[in-house]
Amino acid sequence: MSTTLPLKHSQNPMLRSYSLDRAYDEMFGEGGEIRPQYEALLKVLTSLPPEELQRRKHYADVSFLMQGITFTVYGQEEGTERIFPYDLLPRLISGEDWERIERGLTQRITALNLFLHDVYHEGKILAEGVVPREIVYSCQHFRRQMRGLQVPRNVYVAVAGTDLLRLESGEFVVLEDNLRVPSGVSYMLNNRRVLKRTLPHLFRSYGVRPIENYTQALLGTLRSLAPEGRPEPSIVLLTPGVYNSAYFEHTYLARQMGIELVEGRDLVIHDNVVYMRTTGGLRRVDVIYRRVDDDFIDPLSFRADSILGAPGLFNAYRAGNVTLANAFGTGVADDKAIYAYVPQIIRFYLSQEPILNNVETYILADPKQRQHVLCNLDKLVVKAVGESGGYGMLIGPQSTAEEREEFRQLIEANPRNYIAQPTLAFSRAPCFQEDGSIEPRHVDLRPYILFGDKVTIVPGGLTRVALRKGSLVVNSSQGGGSKDTWVLSQ
Amino acid sequence: MLSRVSDSLYWTSRYLERAEHTVRLLDVNLGLMLDRSQTSAERRWQRVLAALGNPSHIEWTGDAYKLVQALCFDPASPASVVNCIVSARENARQIREEISTEQWQRLNRLFHDVSRARTELYSDLQFAEFLPTVIDGVHLFQGVTDTTLSHGEGWQFLQVGRFLERASATALLLDVYHREVIRSPEESVDAYEYLEWVGMLRSCTAFEAYCKVYTADLTYERMLEFLLLNPDFPHSIRYSIDQLHRSLNAIQQESHQQNIEELMRVSGKLRTLLSYDQISDVFAAGPGVYLRRILRECHHIHNLVYEVYIHYSVQTALAQ
Repeated sequence: MSTTLPLKHSQNPMLRSYSLDRAYDEMFGEGGEIRPQYEALLKVLTSLPPEELQRRKHYADVSFLMQGITFTVYGQEEGTERIFPYDLLPRLISGEDWERIERGLTQRITALNLFLHDVYHEGKILAEGVVPREIVYSCQHFRRQMRGLQVPRNVYVAVAGTDLLRLESGEFVVLEDNLRVPSGVSYMLNNRRVLKRTLPHLFRSYGVRPIENYTQALLGTLRSLAPEGRPEPSIVLLTPGVYNSAYFEHTYLARQMGIELVEGRDLVIHDNVVYMRTTGGLRRVDVIYRRVDDDFIDPLSFRADSILGAPGLFNAYRAGNVTLANAFGTGVADDKAIYAYVPQIIRFYLSQEPILNNVETYILADPKQRQHVLCNLDKLVVKAVGESGGYGMLIGPQSTAEEREEFRQLIEANPRNYIAQPTLAFSRAPCFQEDGSIEPRHVDLRPYILFGDKVTIVPGGLTRVALRKGSLVVNSSQGGGSKDTWVLSQ
Repeated sequence: MLSRVSDSLYWTSRYLERAEHTVRLLDVNLGLMLDRSQTSAERRWQRVLAALGNPSHIEWTGDAYKLVQALCFDPASPASVVNCIVSARENARQIREEISTEQWQRLNRLFHDVSRARTELYSDLQFAEFLPTVIDGVHLFQGVTDTTLSHGEGWQFLQVGRFLERASATALLLDVYHREVIRSPEESVDAYEYLEWVGMLRSCTAFEAYCKVYTADLTYERMLEFLLLNPDFPHSIRYSIDQLHRSLNAIQQESHQQNIEELMRVSGKLRTLLSYDQISDVFAAGPGVYLRRILRECHHIHNLVYEVYIHYSVQTALAQ
């Protein structure tokens, strides 16, 4: 299954454990020849003494710790903080590959916003039977309260984080769209900042396209979505609070944009206008970049037991006095069953062929497809449609008979709740190991897409790494880490 | 500034001030136990409990070290030192982006030191070593606060919490000791009493400062005058109220909050009272009455700060 590198590279002590398998390797071609963009990287790494690399890795660790880019581990000793795992080696993406990704993502976000508008208004796509009505209406994130509601510029999804994989052929495909409250962008920005200081020469020689303007672009996007008649909108970031695992990111983004970080209890709604409580009295709020899920945002309209939201917020939103980014009910478009229909959605609204393809997906509500999947559970990946973060998943080839039986029962009890996909050999990129060598690990890519008066995608994104050897799970809750992503200018 | 943020800043420093005061009282009274005295251990430790406002869940059982252990580490009592520090840290954690990294690290270290100490069973000697480290930790936090945080609205709220707590705690302590006075106020105390009164001054870090003004000759009148009315000593009530009033003024100027007449009237009146009253006025009113009035006013100011800046009603805010 796996092959070693040709002699030229395998004699390099750093690459002693590097092997190729059927997955696309980001650094080496099929025959073991190095891809041109990685040549300079490998040369620099080989020229540095191993202690020097360790020293730089340590320097980067300390830098993360000092900036407080940590997550809290609860357990024996309360309040232990660890750094978010990351890898020192950048992942390189050619300008050509990026250009295609950028066009593909722009096309996709445009179509998905049109889809959301349609679903919450005329429902043309449902009437024509392109997307089955029952899949939309049975989606747990469909919000009937959004029916007929006008949102500024018809933008539902202002911030998206779309997960891409690279297949054996080298083609980038979309694994899932995150259209509710995607996170991780602060890691993208901080990886870059730390890496610039750790490997400055390398960085300069590569001509890497900058991503630092992300927060400014985000602020511009939010401003462009302000309610009409509010030329100098006041913008806030709404966080669930200190116990949320992404709290660091919330504080980071608020600070970088220079906007107020608020919790639900800071907001007061009066006569359908949203205010925040300050020591100088109430201040009006026009745009809320909310990092709180739909269900928790307003105890009067949604979950009554939520203490994270602000009572009356939804009515203020309905009245058009405040903008929420993202809008309510965007989850209907990133449901994993709807995902299977995105190519048709793109064709329906834009009359174009999708630039980025989907991963082949079986809809288990369909009896024929279900039958096929149940017979091949050991080969496929099964996912619950409403879950994220790597939860509610069965990876067939790595599962036990009991796990498969459990999923069989779950699927038969509620087929609408599951989809299946082939087990993908997605690409692997070189990663720095404890012992100073380099080995390949599976990676994905999450670029961040901003949609306001225009579409902005900063070149790059968060490359997530399955740090454990052989693992296919890149989620940080399950042993994943990240690395900096360099989009090259030519 | 968000009301929630000012609330957290206020309580961060208030809890730390409370922890420091409690620890100092314990440290001083453990020291007093070493000398032979006419004051019984029970009376002395009951006095400590009273000066701390008789914290719930904690009672005198006849063993001083058990009591100290409880006042330091009892997880059930909100007033225990460890809970004060946990609460201070919890408040600071929720406004992590508003305070400096240095402040956060100091506070975190203090929290970890005290949490670690809780799991060890202490002997009397170890308490003598442990208690000063808590005071050091709080002092380091205050030093770092003053040198790394902008002295804007946020810093002023830290000042308000700290000095309101200090003024209240000192007034309560003086009131408790006032009940023990057995001779006329101008008369020097005798050898047996001497230690007790030195203890009271040390509880406010005031012994050396007192001696510089009045020499080591202790009379009740002078001690009361010093801790109540001295304009320059940082633990006197007058100094604390001066600082409090100054910070409230600064906050008003920065926040442009309109609805502040009552708050500024009450705090200004208390400040004026302490500036112009002489010790003879205090005795004319009766020291106990005078001190309890200060306590009431401090409590009133706390409520008004909440009413004006934190929990104001939406109707009043919209009417402005």
